[in-house]
Amino acid sequence: MTRQTDKLALDRRNFLKVFMAAGGAGALGSLASQARASAVQTKARIVILGAGAAGTALANRLVDRLSGASITIVDGRKQHLYQPGFTLIAAGLKPASYSVTSTTDWLPSGVTLVEEAAANIDPVSRKVTTASGKELEYDFLILATGLTLDYGQIEGMSMDLIGKNGIGSVYAGPDYAAMTYAEMSRFTEKGGVGLFSRPATEMKCAGAPLKYAFLTDDIARRKGNRGKLEMVYAAHNKALFSVPIVNEKLRMLFEDRGIEVRREHVMSAIDPGKKIATFQTPDGPKEIGYDFTNIIPPMRAPDVVLNSPLPWQDGPWVKQGWAEVDKHTLRHVRFPEVFAVGDIAGVPKGKTAASVKWQVPVVEDHLVAALSGKEGTASFDGYTSCPMITRIGRAMLIEFDYKDNLVPSFPGVIAPLEELWVSWLMKEVALKATYNAMLRGRA
Amino acid sequence: MKELTPGMMIAVFEEMFGMGLFWALVAGAVLVTLAFLFVVLRDRKLVASRLVRAELLAPIGAIAAILFVQFVTSSGFSDIGGPVDVIALILIGVAGAGGLTVLAYVLQGLLGNRAGKAS
Ligand SMILES: Cc1cc2nc3c(=O)[nH]c(=O)nc-3n(C[C@H](O)[C@H](O)[C@H](O)COP(=O)(O)OP(=O)(O)OC[C@H]3O[C@@H](n4cnc5c(N)ncnc54)[C@H](O)[C@@H]3O)c2cc1C
Repeated sequence: MTRQTDKLALDRRNFLKVFMAAGGAGALGSLASQARASAVQTKARIVILGAGAAGTALANRLVDRLSGASITIVDGRKQHLYQPGFTLIAAGLKPASYSVTSTTDWLPSGVTLVEEAAANIDPVSRKVTTASGKELEYDFLILATGLTLDYGQIEGMSMDLIGKNGIGSVYAGPDYAAMTYAEMSRFTEKGGVGLFSRPATEMKCAGAPLKYAFLTDDIARRKGNRGKLEMVYAAHNKALFSVPIVNEKLRMLFEDRGIEVRREHVMSAIDPGKKIATFQTPDGPKEIGYDFTNIIPPMRAPDVVLNSPLPWQDGPWVKQGWAEVDKHTLRHVRFPEVFAVGDIAGVPKGKTAASVKWQVPVVEDHLVAALSGKEGTASFDGYTSCPMITRIGRAMLIEFDYKDNLVPSFPGVIAPLEELWVSWLMKEVALKATYNAMLRGRA
Repeated sequence: MKELTPGMMIAVFEEMFGMGLFWALVAGAVLVTLAFLFVVLRDRKLVASRLVRAELLAPIGAIAAILFVQFVTSSGFSDIGGPVDVIALILIGVAGAGGLTVLAYVLQGLLGNRAGKAS
């Protein structure tokens, strides 16, 4: 027997070597799978406005696809914010630091970062001017500025009210999300009226207002205080969610949780002293008193895009200023050297990081094709996804497209309209890792 | 999610655990597997007494794996909501049970007696 073993020559030292070879091969394999199609030679000047989810992911992919291009990314914000984490912060499950990294952590070498905001875009002479007056000429411009939270559109509201007197705002940022949790925590101890709502504008992650109502309900139940709470959700139109089949499921869940729905209510003013919010409704203004409210303000394009010739010139989005791009190619309909990706794109669906993941390869395809004198073929079908948290520990993995079709990633395995633990694991464990991999251009 | 390629899975796991820890875990798994093969090939059989002793640890591995996942994810048994959740729970348990069994077998094989003298 001993002789046999010797013949196999698998002594302890040898198998260590074998293991190291195997580990090395694994690492090499992963590198090999990263190898991209051979780079396109170009001298093009590409300017990306915004180093958030979309701008960063695209920059990382372009440096792999192009050789010789001058890629400039413009963003004055030093922090990179993982915004889907705000909901977990506002539920007391993660610290504010969970969502915060540095913008430069994610940018590849080979791109130039201009650390200031873009102030003006002239798409006719193909020039961007920064806040300090620096001029950047481009051959291709990528709008990836995300959107602006317009608290000023709610009379009486300003960001310094967040975290006091029952006012929360999960969207405002990681620290504000933590302050919102502190207010929600007090509310779920003391009781009273919890008021939840959403704006009538387009918004990022349209599920987030609903998630926070569910989370507040759940936390009150865990404390044994649900009986002390009255929960009101003010929907901006007749529906809770734009996708009919999801809307119906949410209606049932709200009924089950005892969350009262007021329809066609759009918040227009708030009186923080009296704790009263005013809503515009088809029957005129209506007041609702609250002890806690999560304010989600109207959203619009940042000034630099809003005040440029790039937004929609007619239709419902003129005032909101979203860039007028083709909904499948994300290419500007009037200025073909301009693309929009992420929240700033004026497309009917898709203001989520999940959509960014699908939009970035489409813009990459059309841009690289244009640089090689060809036409791109990739098409964005409106894919968007929203892990609808229905309580701590459970969520519904809702994915849909432009046509309101459900497009589950794991059909037959993870049911989209079921409250599941695995869907919660997706949100809590897999989402941030997938987002980070996307930022690096690897997912 | 778009297409789920192996390269993307690796990228996601690297982000989840951190580059160093992820590859250390992969290395650990490969190491234990190779050690297991080594012990089995060396002895030219599975030693029943060792296997039985190792298998006694399986339920502990299963429970530990499940509790670990619940611990790192602010969730618990009451969050099981559908069949796929039960399947996920079982898979996590099986992974924990299998992992600890193999590890225990390997440790006995490497540190303990040789096959002939075992039991
Ligand atoms: C509370 C909350 C929960 C969410 N939950 C989810 C979720 O569960 N799943 C999901 O997929 N998505 C979710 N999202 C949405 C997701 O975070 C966004 O859709 C995504 O970040 C959009 O990426 P973006 O690059 O378009 O914008 P951002 O990531 O916001 O980045 C925009 C960047 O542009 C910069 N910028 C702005 N103006 C200028 C200017 N003038 N010049 C230069 N730079 C500028 C900003 O500083 C910023 O860095 C959530 C968002 C919030 C707020």
